[in-house]
Amino acid sequence: MTLPTAIPTTTALAEAARKPATSTIPHPETHRVVAELKGVSKRYGEVQALRGVDLQVRSGEVLALLGPNGAGKTTSVGLLLGLLKPTAGEVRLFGGDPDSPDAKVRVGAMLQISGVPATLKVREHLELFSSYYPAPMPIDRTLALAGLAEVAERPYGKLSGGQKQRVHFALALIGNPDLLFLDEPTTGMDVGARRAFWEQVRDFIGSGRTVVLTTHYLEEADALADRIVVVDHGEVIAEGTPAQIKSRTAGRRIHAVTTLGRDEVLGLEGVVSVERNGAALEILARRAEPVVLDLLRRDSALHDLEVGGAGLEDAFLALTKRAQA
Amino acid sequence: MTTATVNPTHAAKRNLPHLYLIETKYEFLKLWRLRAYSLSTLVFPVMFYLIIGGSFGSFRTQGIHVSAYLVACFAAVGVINAAVFAFGASVAAERGQGWTMLKRVSPMPSSAAFTAKTLMAMMFSALVLVALTATAFLLQGVRLPVLTWLQLLGTLVAGVIPFAAMGLAFGYALGPNSAPTVLNLVTMPMTFASGLYMPITQLPPFVQHIAPYLPAYHFGQLALAAIGAHPIGTVGHHVLVLAGFTAVLLAAATLAYRRDEGRTYG
Repeated sequence: MTLPTAIPTTTALAEAARKPATSTIPHPETHRVVAELKGVSKRYGEVQALRGVDLQVRSGEVLALLGPNGAGKTTSVGLLLGLLKPTAGEVRLFGGDPDSPDAKVRVGAMLQISGVPATLKVREHLELFSSYYPAPMPIDRTLALAGLAEVAERPYGKLSGGQKQRVHFALALIGNPDLLFLDEPTTGMDVGARRAFWEQVRDFIGSGRTVVLTTHYLEEADALADRIVVVDHGEVIAEGTPAQIKSRTAGRRIHAVTTLGRDEVLGLEGVVSVERNGAALEILARRAEPVVLDLLRRDSALHDLEVGGAGLEDAFLALTKRAQA
Repeated sequence: MTTATVNPTHAAKRNLPHLYLIETKYEFLKLWRLRAYSLSTLVFPVMFYLIIGGSFGSFRTQGIHVSAYLVACFAAVGVINAAVFAFGASVAAERGQGWTMLKRVSPMPSSAAFTAKTLMAMMFSALVLVALTATAFLLQGVRLPVLTWLQLLGTLVAGVIPFAAMGLAFGYALGPNSAPTVLNLVTMPMTFASGLYMPITQLPPFVQHIAPYLPAYHFGQLALAAIGAHPIGTVGHHVLVLAGFTAVLLAAATLAYRRDEGRTYG
């Protein structure tokens, strides 16, 4: 995980203003369930991708499925979209079969795809997909929302990587969906492009849309979601508001130059991960004090000790490690 | 703009003829602009005709002049390429990209994609015939009676169906990178051994024995019958054999599709 995790203060304030401060879990009685996994398991040959997952997506919420690669996020999305059939359990989309045309016209999806035909222009791609829906969004409005107005007449094959991703986003919006799926939407984007993309998503969800977002960036889930469901190894391991998830994942980062081996330190009580960085070790721990005490007891020559707050990505790592333990 | 009512969206409220029309339009434009496709489908048959068409002089075969015989044969080659590559190479490429998956998630009726691809290959087939008849007329003074020409057109357009099935079977079985090469390795020898580049009677005897097992041979004989040549065997026989090929190839395509569906989203 390579993402710089600290959000500049100004941005953080701006985001706080934009995101409703009462970022609580929508009340089940006032918000209909629009998509649901009920005790769903999915197996591909030897691989158990999901184990008895229960998941409800409620009308109007932005739900983030957060987890490392291979956690089962994309499988969950594939099931909800009717691309996959569950090995066990039940999948419902708008109260019915996810594969039915009446469910599909209400859904838009940005999937992990590498492209669409290169010879068709951006506007043409949107016109084609808009013909599939009974009440599509106007093409010009979709182009504007996805930041594609200037390249509307350009063939898809001539676009930059970031512009291509925005076309995939526009194709998800064109049907004017009640429920939008974004499967790892910012993978491969640089930090600037990612922030710009979040802005576009916020513009779209401003009008009370339901969104299911999968991501392995806690920062992304925090920036967009009302509710985060953390998945790992095919199971739901935590669920809550971004604030709740962050507080549960607080950890400390310890830096020290020491002769102790990586494996020895990894074995200490409270240590989540250890990385060697030249002569130094970078240690992620739930609490710093007992670990520092242990380290000094074992290596009195230890020096250059620094203790700091863990970044969001470290915190997330701590959470998944705890679930495994 | 429509008013956002409580439940504005129902699949039944779509304009289906419009949907099919747009799908066909962009299916056509997509491949028309792809030079690798439009050139090999339209230009190659004409080029072959320019190279070979004049070299047989007044030679006659199966009861017609070679200059007309080759119009039917090269048009058949164009149709086979148009159908096999539209369904084979582009299905494989779109599966590889993920466009197919995106369309499966969308409410597009899957029949729209197949109808559009079939119509598009039929339009290319008609264009091949127009290009070849124009070349033959200008170069060799070949004049086809209107009714004969229309018969040939009908046969060629119908011939899209078995080769579309063949393309689909390969399109779902092959990877996006290997598909074009494999398809060339299949269609080139098949069309040659079926007597579409030179009269079947001029080919070595063992090739003449293989030909009846190739769909392109039967299609070629039907195209020749349509243009007024004496076909080898009866028209009914060739139609039946092609129908059989179509059924088998569609079954193979369905199997390959199921297998692919199981792993695309793994």
